Amino acid sequence: MKYLHLIWAALFRRKARTVLTLVSIVAAFLLFGMLDAVRTSFDQAGQSANGAQRLQTGSKLSFIQPLPQSLEAQIAQVPGVKQVTYANWFGGAYQDPHNQVFSFAVAPNYIDLYPEIAVDPAARKAFDASRTGALVGETLARRFHWKVGDKIPLQSTIFPNREGSKNWSFDIVGILHSTDKKTGGFYDQLFLLHWKYFDETTPYNRGQVGWYVSRVADVNQADRVARAIDALSANSDHETRTQTEQATTASWMKQLADIGLIVGAIMGAVFFTLLLLSGNTMMQAVRERTAELAVLKTIGFSSRSVLAMVLAESVLLLLLGGVVGLGLAALLIPGVSAGSGGMLNLPTVGASSWLLGLALMVAVGLLVGALPAWRAMRLNIVDALAGR
Amino acid sequence: MGTLIELRNLSKVYERGRQKVEVLHHIDLDIAEGDFLAMMGPSGSGKTTLLNLIGGLDSPSGGSIAVAGQRLDQLGAGALARWRAAHVGFVFQFYNLMPMLSAQRNVELPLLLTRLNGAQRRKNAGIALQLVGLGDRAAHKPGELSGGQQQRVAIARAIVSDPALLVCDEPTGDLDRQSAEDVLGLLRTLNREHGKTIVMVTHDPKAAEYANHTLHLDKGTLVEQATA
Ligand SMILES: Nc1ncnc2c1ncn2[C@@H]1O[C@H](COP(=O)(O)OP(=O)(O)OP(=O)(O)O)[C@@H](O)[C@H]1O
Ligand SMILES: [Mg+2]
Repeated sequence: MKYLHLIWAALFRRKARTVLTLVSIVAAFLLFGMLDAVRTSFDQAGQSANGAQRLQTGSKLSFIQPLPQSLEAQIAQVPGVKQVTYANWFGGAYQDPHNQVFSFAVAPNYIDLYPEIAVDPAARKAFDASRTGALVGETLARRFHWKVGDKIPLQSTIFPNREGSKNWSFDIVGILHSTDKKTGGFYDQLFLLHWKYFDETTPYNRGQVGWYVSRVADVNQADRVARAIDALSANSDHETRTQTEQATTASWMKQLADIGLIVGAIMGAVFFTLLLLSGNTMMQAVRERTAELAVLKTIGFSSRSVLAMVLAESVLLLLLGGVVGLGLAALLIPGVSAGSGGMLNLPTVGASSWLLGLALMVAVGLLVGALPAWRAMRLNIVDALAGR
Repeated sequence: MGTLIELRNLSKVYERGRQKVEVLHHIDLDIAEGDFLAMMGPSGSGKTTLLNLIGGLDSPSGGSIAVAGQRLDQLGAGALARWRAAHVGFVFQFYNLMPMLSAQRNVELPLLLTRLNGAQRRKNAGIALQLVGLGDRAAHKPGELSGGQQQRVAIARAIVSDPALLVCDEPTGDLDRQSAEDVLGLLRTLNREHGKTIVMVTHDPKAAEYANHTLHLDKGTLVEQATA
């Protein structure tokens, strides 16, 4: 486009002002990239095809209320249930109570219900054969430099062992890998120990289970199966609530925070400020160029091409700042994920974020450029030349 | 030579709110092709208004203007812009160059509206700069040039697309004597050697001497006087 040098020159006519405006656009889109990654990671949580097949059954009262182990056999009998397993929250921490580990005490068949978790057959065999064995996710193992064969101490923040001490000891027998890197970040951080060892060792648990996970034969029957499972315990002292994994994750997340709303509110505030700021820049830029725009028209540039040039200038401003900002976000996000020690597993700025970002840049650019461009188009040559 | 510009019963009225100000009254004027015409008159007499009408920057309230047979008063804004691009060059008192573009880029501006490619645009702009004696200043920005040099860049910009007509509104109004004479000499060369028809508004009788005739405008009416 042969007008580009004109637009570029106009944009950098006041270097300091343009650079300042650019910095704020960069900041806004950096924030946008980060927050969009957070939103995406929350959206993706639990949204796998496998997750849709799994039902989670927990106490209706509270998710820390345990359920009797006897339910396992009953759930297995419910029509439509293919497999059932159970687990307990162990609440482990390594060395320091702040080093929380996602540790579950699980039934022997637990992994069978999670095709997203890959573990090699030898490791699986070793786990099944051991009493104090543990399978650990690869991210977790890397974080603490654990290897197969290590004997590692883990503190339970909740459960003491028989001696009354909360210090437990496990033998690492294998490493877990998630097969789906998009949704499976969580599995790479798991620490799985035997429910049996847990149950026998802590006096606080006597044949009780934190939650059941069952796999349904037909996803479309999930709701019916869930109701049937809950019916088993109706009017007992341990009434249950059964939901798909997705619904469970979603309601968990909702309890933490309505991420969508927060992200939306922050972005709204940021873009409102951005609109005012870059709008002001564009307004000033056009006002002080009145005579120059009049000259362009004098020379024979049409009103429409003057309009287009001002709009292009404003869109270019947003694109420059926006692309740098989103690019920075893409560069920084892996660092943020790593810095969180794997607790936060943010996806990098994906194609959809780029698309949304670019659309935002163009939209804000057009919006911000509209009024000054319209003024430039309507500019009366004779009046502008006379300084009226 | 034939007539290039024909003004018939031309008038211009500005409306300020409810008040109407008639700036030009029923002007009849022929300007020959190849003429160099100076226009003088007191401030507010309508010189700029008349020049703007001749250059197709403004439309008359009554009467007609024809330039090379083209009725400007019948053209819409878009057509008028295209007509200006092809047929007129403008020179203003304060040069009106783009401050952030080099002399070369300033002169290339009108060529952006033509079908010439980048290399041809560069070449033609270079020739125009050479013609005004600034071939060695192509890379300079307006801020790095003297007033007289800036005005010569403006003249190069006005002639680069080879229009038949140049309209100049007080082209020496902001220049010292020497620079003014350079610019006026240049205009005379353009008129004599290159056949440009020039209409120039000036307050300076010495500047008017460079022209073939001087017209006097007073309160929107013409008083023609032949110069020696
Ligand atoms: N757009 C406009 N609106 C209202 N009045 C105008 C407008 N343009 C010009 N005028 C008036 O028309 C009259 C003639 O103006 P013009 O600019 O043509 O004068 P001029 O002869 O060029 O004066 P100067 O020598 O000071 O440049 C002035 O009284 C001016 O105030
Ligand atoms: Mg004037």
